[in-house]
Amino acid sequence: MNLLRLLASRLAQALLLVVAVVVLNFALVHAAPGDPVETIAGASGGMSEELKAELRQSYGLDKPLPVQLGVYLSRVARLDLGYSYFFNLPVVDLIGERIPATLLLVLSSVICAFVAGTGIGVLAARKPNGWLSQTITVLSLVGFAAPVFWTGMLLVILFASVLPIFPVAEMRSIDGSDKGLAGVLDVLWHLVLPTFTLSLVYLAHYSRLARASMLEVLGSDFIRTARAKGLADRVVLYKHALRNAILPVVTVLGLQFGNVLAGAILVETVFNWPGLGRLAFESVLRRDYPTILGVLLLSAVVVLVMNLLTDLCYRLVDPRIQKR
Amino acid sequence: MNTPSLSRRALAVAAATLVAGGSLLALPASAQAVKEGGTLVIGTPQAPRHLNGAVQSGIATALPSTQIFASPLRFDDKWNPQPYLAESWKLSDDARSLTLNLRKNAVFHDGKPITSADVAFSIMAIKANHPFSTMLGPVEKVDTPDPYTAVIRMATPHPAIVLAMSPALCPILPKHIYGDGADLKTHARNSQDVVGSGPFRLTEFKPGQRVVMEKFDKFFLPGKPHLDKIIISITPDTQSLVLGVERGDIQMLPYAVGAVDLKRLKTNPNLQITDKGYEGIGSINWLAFNTAKKPLNDVNVRKAIAFAIDKNFITKALMGGFATVADGPIVPSSPFAVPDLVKYPLDLKKSAEMLDAAGYKAGANGERFKLSIDYLPGGDEQQKNVAEYLRSQLKKVGITVEVRASADFPAWARRIAAHDFDMTMDTVFNWGDPVIGVHRTYLSTNIKPIVWTNTQSYSNPKVDELLNAAGTIVDPVKRKAYYATFEKIVTDEVPIVFINLTPYHTVASKKVGNLPTTIWGPASPMDDVYMK
Repeated sequence: MNLLRLLASRLAQALLLVVAVVVLNFALVHAAPGDPVETIAGASGGMSEELKAELRQSYGLDKPLPVQLGVYLSRVARLDLGYSYFFNLPVVDLIGERIPATLLLVLSSVICAFVAGTGIGVLAARKPNGWLSQTITVLSLVGFAAPVFWTGMLLVILFASVLPIFPVAEMRSIDGSDKGLAGVLDVLWHLVLPTFTLSLVYLAHYSRLARASMLEVLGSDFIRTARAKGLADRVVLYKHALRNAILPVVTVLGLQFGNVLAGAILVETVFNWPGLGRLAFESVLRRDYPTILGVLLLSAVVVLVMNLLTDLCYRLVDPRIQKR
Repeated sequence: MNTPSLSRRALAVAAATLVAGGSLLALPASAQAVKEGGTLVIGTPQAPRHLNGAVQSGIATALPSTQIFASPLRFDDKWNPQPYLAESWKLSDDARSLTLNLRKNAVFHDGKPITSADVAFSIMAIKANHPFSTMLGPVEKVDTPDPYTAVIRMATPHPAIVLAMSPALCPILPKHIYGDGADLKTHARNSQDVVGSGPFRLTEFKPGQRVVMEKFDKFFLPGKPHLDKIIISITPDTQSLVLGVERGDIQMLPYAVGAVDLKRLKTNPNLQITDKGYEGIGSINWLAFNTAKKPLNDVNVRKAIAFAIDKNFITKALMGGFATVADGPIVPSSPFAVPDLVKYPLDLKKSAEMLDAAGYKAGANGERFKLSIDYLPGGDEQQKNVAEYLRSQLKKVGITVEVRASADFPAWARRIAAHDFDMTMDTVFNWGDPVIGVHRTYLSTNIKPIVWTNTQSYSNPKVDELLNAAGTIVDPVKRKAYYATFEKIVTDEVPIVFINLTPYHTVASKKVGNLPTTIWGPASPMDDVYMK
């Protein structure tokens, strides 16, 4: 069937892309001045020459770059991401430990942005020239224009000293002794500000998109028919119009997943959220090549999978595309 | 911090022999009754690679490692060695053997007793793996005549051996765990199921996030530790740490340096603040010259630059009065520091005259020559701001300075290690004994492509001779005399302009009793600390 062939060709493309991503990342990471041994020497307050040479050798850093790349590629092919130079632990373990935190942050932000954004967009579309719509337009433009780290830092300042009702750092209370329901509530409590910050940008985006798409749908014939049938305004709006208007929002949501991941790095750094983003950022400062490459590879794969899924969903939802 | 009157006594005690009774002498006699129990949360921006201080130096690992592992000796706040795992010890008169008499009641966290075999194993493991090669360099072997006696034998006299027995430098590892033949530098038990014999045992280590340690109830010092639990919370962002202390989420913030933060925290009625506990680390903030490069190879040019710097302005205005001026290579609190140094009070006129005399006359635009200055990225107040100040100051005497930023530590380290710099700001630790932390900067045999060696390319045979002599002699008075001459020469030849002592402070909640204020401060066991 057509779909199978499409899937196969998309997968092949994705695989090539992954290889390209690995090679590009490898080149970029190694282009940064300084190497991991310098950082380890720095963290040690000095180090002898012999020890440094020994470390370089044990990490394979004494070999020419193409050889290092070859070794890395063959390892990745065997799904082996290697050991972190800095922590001496398997990269898979380091990443595995951080995935839940990032997933929680990204998913809750995407859901918040999607639900609230669409809701606001629909509200605005009901009276496109009313004061509510105008306010939403202005607010969403501000939300869209403000960089996430800036919003995050303002929130930290506000909630750290002026209004200390939300925690501004970490994912759990430091003593971390809460188990069960109390533990879940503790995490949710810490989740509030990071999620708000990360979802703000996308919320603005989705609300504008939902508003435009809703306006377009509301002007079409079948809505007029529905209204003529004497259906209640609520039913017309939410049952007939929204279902159609939401399609473009879903598409953008899938395609933007990569952006949300990128935004998560900043938000995790600002709120000290123990996720992949913070791990990646700190690993860059430590020149911990295997960890950086592992996180980047994982992110690339996630984005590719999400794009693939969006693509497939889109075809399933809109039959016109399949014919082409 | 400055204790010249004490230094002579301290020297005699530190290097000669001392036998003390079972209990620690140096505990502050607190009027308040010590309370048992409670959790102490310590905030730090430094992520330890792992928790085994035997193969990893640096303050990030030292903080947890000294809680988990006990060492043969510990030190009080006046540089006097104190019994710890060893209840008594003796350094031979020729400084070629150190005998440690171990406690008989000490056990590891897994219940196994600590014997001289563990001590012998640990000392040889540290010699083979620790980044500081001079620390145990002369050690040849460790004899174990009986299970509770260990004799460290050295090829050459090595007075620094006593200080090398400190908690941060000599953690005693259980041989039955770490002696399995696996490479110690990458040993799995450095991060997981770490077993030591210190006052606290590891219960959780999340790399880059947190270290949780609980009271070890079979700790060999009766009645210690007082705390039930220590949590080290790792937060790369200093601002959140400061906020955490203010909010009370964190009860102790060691190694705090920012003047703005310190000023704010000082006025907080719930917090206490001290600069004691950093004498052993002995951190000096300085300006280093690449003396292999023209015109900095000319000692008079270096002196002229030194005369153009107002250290008092730097410590008072740029560092908010929290830092103190440094004038020599050894921190003033060390028993080996001397006040008789060549000093360079601010004198722009003299500076200009010296540059004229050196043959660097100002051109038509008032410029004599150009130099670049690097700085350690990260701590702006100690490094970048001083570099910027030097640029404006040297402009006044006709030297155009370009401030070169580095994106992060590895970028800076690469430039300095490659000797690709004119001048750089730097922060270097004394690490207690000059043999460990001072010699490396000035020995001509240590001009290496590595940061924190003699990257200044400074070379003076007399200095080499003095340092080698001072490093192999027991008599503290003679040792100090060698260092005094060394300090005079180095401050006269200015391979380095010493700017200030890094103003490390421990900020803590007033609920915390007995802050760690020995010479190793937070890098030593916190078995006396309690929560009020």
